Order: sequence, then C-alpha cells, then structure tokens
Amino acid sequence: MHVDDVHEKIVSINQVSKAYGKQEVLSQISLNIYKGEIFGLLGPSGAGKSTLVKMLTGLEVPNEGDTYLFQQKMPSLKLMERIGYMAQSDALYGELTAKENLEFFGALFGLKGKALQRRIDHVMSIVELTEHLNKSIHHYSGGMKRRLSLAIALLHEPELLILDEPTVGIDPVLRKRIWDTFYELNDKGTSMIVTTHVMGEAEKCHRLALIRDGGLIAVGTPEQLKAQTHSSSIEEAFLAYGGVKA
Amino acid sequence: MRIQALVIRILRQIMRDRRTLGLLIFAPIAILTMLHLVFNGGDYVPKVGLIQIPDAVEAQLDQSGADITKYTDAGQANQDIEKRRIDGYIRFDHGSPSVVLEGSDPNVNGAVIRWIQQAVAPLQPGGSTNLEMTFIHGSAEMSQFDYFGPVLLGFFIFFFVFLIAGVSFLRERTTGTLERLLSSPLRKWEIVAGYIVGFGIFTMIQAALIASYAIYVLGMLMEGHFIDVLVITLVLSLTALTLGILLSAFANNELQMIQFIPIVIVPQIFFSGLFNLETISDWLNWIGPFTPLYYAAEALRNVMIRGYGWGDTYMDILMLLGFSVLFMFLNIAALRKYRKI
Repeated sequence: MHVDDVHEKIVSINQVSKAYGKQEVLSQISLNIYKGEIFGLLGPSGAGKSTLVKMLTGLEVPNEGDTYLFQQKMPSLKLMERIGYMAQSDALYGELTAKENLEFFGALFGLKGKALQRRIDHVMSIVELTEHLNKSIHHYSGGMKRRLSLAIALLHEPELLILDEPTVGIDPVLRKRIWDTFYELNDKGTSMIVTTHVMGEAEKCHRLALIRDGGLIAVGTPEQLKAQTHSSSIEEAFLAYGGVKA
Repeated sequence: MRIQALVIRILRQIMRDRRTLGLLIFAPIAILTMLHLVFNGGDYVPKVGLIQIPDAVEAQLDQSGADITKYTDAGQANQDIEKRRIDGYIRFDHGSPSVVLEGSDPNVNGAVIRWIQQAVAPLQPGGSTNLEMTFIHGSAEMSQFDYFGPVLLGFFIFFFVFLIAGVSFLRERTTGTLERLLSSPLRKWEIVAGYIVGFGIFTMIQAALIASYAIYVLGMLMEGHFIDVLVITLVLSLTALTLGILLSAFANNELQMIQFIPIVIVPQIFFSGLFNLETISDWLNWIGPFTPLYYAAEALRNVMIRGYGWGDTYMDILMLLGFSVLFMFLNIAALRKYRKI
C-alpha cells in the first residue's frame, strides 16, 4: 500500500440500501475505500456483492443513501471513464478476434490510432496473451477469455479497477498469475475492488469487507479480522462475525 | 466516434457470421424464386363504374356480383380509380362500350374482366364479347407474382432484419457485453444509434441485392425508380431493427425471440395487402394501419407497379419513420432498466 495515499478516499458508500420489489438486497451499507488499496468484498453468493459493485460502476442506483467515487456523486458518465469494470461474465464478442474486441472497447473510451495499438500491446502482454492477439474468441479457452476480459478492463488505464469474481472457475496456477498481475498493477498505483466468495483469496486483499444477507458484518485487514475473533482463518472469522462459533 | 466504433463492430460481426449473412441475403432470394414459380389466386368482388350508361342497356345488364357506381363523365371515374374506390369502368359514351382497368392487381383485373364478360353477355346475342380494354397500371400479362412481389420483398427484409437485430441485441444482454457497454461512458442513445447505422449499412446492401435479383433476374414488374425502392426498404428495415431491439428486451433467450415471429411478424403478412384487405372480415381488417408492413407494402406497390414517385409514397415513408422513432424512444427507455443515466 502506498502510505502517502492512505487517507485519500476514492470510494465512499453512505447508508446505502437497495431493494428489488420487496426483496432487500443491501441494507444500510457504509464503507470507505482509500487510494492504493486492494479492497476485497467477501461474502457468499447472493449476499449482495454484485449489486454493491454495480452501484460503484453506475449500473445501479441505491434506493436510499448515496455513493461517491473520487469524491463525486455517482452515477456520472464522467466518473465512469475512470473505472475499469470486469463483470462476472466475460462479456466478449465471440465472432471477433481479441484485437477487434480490444479495438472496440478501446474506442468507447476514446482511444484511437497509435495510442490504442500501444495500449493493446501493453495490456495483452500484462495478461500474457500477446501471441493470441489475432485469434477469434471462439478459439479461446475459459481462462484466456477471463484474462482478455481483464485486459479490456485495463485498456483505458483506469485509476480504479472493479473486478467482480475475477478468478471464478479458474485453476490455481492461473489464479496465482492473475493475482500477481493485480499486485503489479497495484504497485503502479491502481486501486482495486475485488469481490470473491473464496475465503482463501480474500487473504490476498489489503482490507476486507465481510458481507452477508445484504448487510456489512465487518471491515478490516485480514489480520485484524482474525485477531478480533481469535480465529486462525478468514473462514472462521466470517463465521464468528456471522454469530456462529466454529 | 463511439457510434462509429459500434458500427464497425456490428459490421465485422455480420461479416464474420457467414451463415447469418447467407440467411439474410440468399434465403429471401430463394423464397422469392420459389414463389415466382408457384403462385396462385383467390376470390374478389369487383367494383365497377359505369359511364353514361344508356337506360336501355342498364335494364339488360346483369348487375349482380359487383359493386356498381354510375358516373356522368370519365374524369370523376379516373379520380376514383386513382383513389382505388373502383377497380375499373365501362364507358358507353363512345359508341361501342370500352373498359378501363386500374390494373395493378391481376386478381382484381381477372375478377373485373370475368364480371364484365358475364354482365354484358345479354347485350350481345351473338355471344362474342369484343371489348376494348385499357389498363391504367400493369397490363393483362401482369402475373400474381408481380403483384405480390413488392409486398414479399418488404416482408423478407422486415422479417430477417427484425430477427437478426433482435437476436444480436439479445446476445449483447445475455453475454454481459451490454453491461460492459453501459459501464463505459457510452450513452444509451449512442448504442441505439450505433445499431441503426450498422444494420442500416448492411440492409442497404441486402435490399439492393434482393431487389435487383427480383427485378432483373426474376423479371418482377418495375415501373418506378430503383432508388425509391431502396429508400422504402431502408426505412422499413429501420422499423424492423428498432422493433427487433425493443422486443429483445422482453425475451430471455433466442427461442423466446423466435416466439415473437407468430405474434408480431406473421400477422403483418395478412394485413399488409398480400391478401386483399377487403376480403378479410371487417372486425379484423382495422389492424392493417397499425402494422408497419402495411405502409411499406403500399409504398413499394406504388413505386414498382404503379410507377409512382416520392410525391405519392412520402406519407407511407413518414409513417414508417414515425414507427421507428417511437420504437427508438422506447428502446432508450428500455435501456434504463440496465443503467439509470
């Protein structure tokens, strides 16, 4: 973590609630995320992680409360340019080649010409797909699609990366490689929000928020969370905060 | 710039998907060819005008089986033909009676000619009915195919553009790319505009190929200007595109998109004038003016059979544009479901 950035809030969630019809998905969530952090949102599937993430990307608006990004109120198209979002689905055009996908999404963020080509080469080398640049997505494996999806999120050099379950369905070797990439990007100053339901993965984050049934049950570094509950793992800590003694 | 990116992407996707490309261009060509080979007709009550009919003749004329209107001069009758209040008339003001037909629908032509021959039979004891016939549009040689052709041309373009655009937008939603588009600074109207321009360019080519095949290879009757046909089909495909995208919001998968065909597409065939609207029950034929294809068919027929130009088709084109604009706004509103701003 960059010590000098530590107090600059880039995300601020204030008393946010969201319901679809009668079903409440998020209730009274308040959370601050600081510049330079890799922040994990940990919780079982259906806990409301994706909904929270969609509020930060501008795809959802809360029923109550508000969210601020870079100290400005969301949703705003201007702010969306500063985020890189990778959803749970790979969201690629299967008929097109990797290059064509990258060119398309790059153009949406106003990249063009030489600058676009440079960024494409750069992000493809980060995710180690350079040699598959001109391949059609049809011929990509699941892991390659995931990495390309990450490359697209990186294309416009976002200050904040929001990654929804970035390593779901990915083998341990590739998962490690993707996390190495995250640390590299983080070293260069990119802040990150990562959702996961894998307890082991959560320990890789600088700070964590534990979410269950739409409510925030704890926030802190993995060490703090474990120490406070006298647990040896995040899994035990999660159970302790959830009111169940392991 | 962002719209341009969308347009390029859509065109690349279409070009990459050879089967769909083939479906869009060769399926209509193949079906038109088959229809060209097999067409057949139906039943119709002709509307006939009588000009300056002598009382003695009128008494002898068998007036059953047709709607008769009487005129004192040909000018009024010609106006009614243009407005299609009557299908033709018999004039008695030049000595021997002669017949004038509107002529654009061979079904109607046949019905009028059969009725006249039967009606005037009592006047000519000799039995030979030697009437002079004039066609305002079309000709005695005009086939069923020539009459149905323009409607079918419009229908196929409408049908395939509706389906392909609807499915590709549906996929955008189900694969998550729509979410990715909406998490970029792209505006909702830009997405709709990108789709319109992308598919617009493609349907221009599609319409030009299919129309020129029908006209120059199959010999479909073509009295007007080719460019007018292109303008009409382009506007029609715009309507099909916006309707397809709109309805894709209400489908969860490709199969559900296909389910719109019997509900939205097939009924349009019945009310577009492929079958004479007057032979459809009164409690159903009011639907016609609510279907986009009704206007496109009318405009295409006016150009291809009657040889009319822009002055006579612009109302139909405006109606189609009206539909498109309505669907476009509904599309932008439907996208609010995925992003509020």
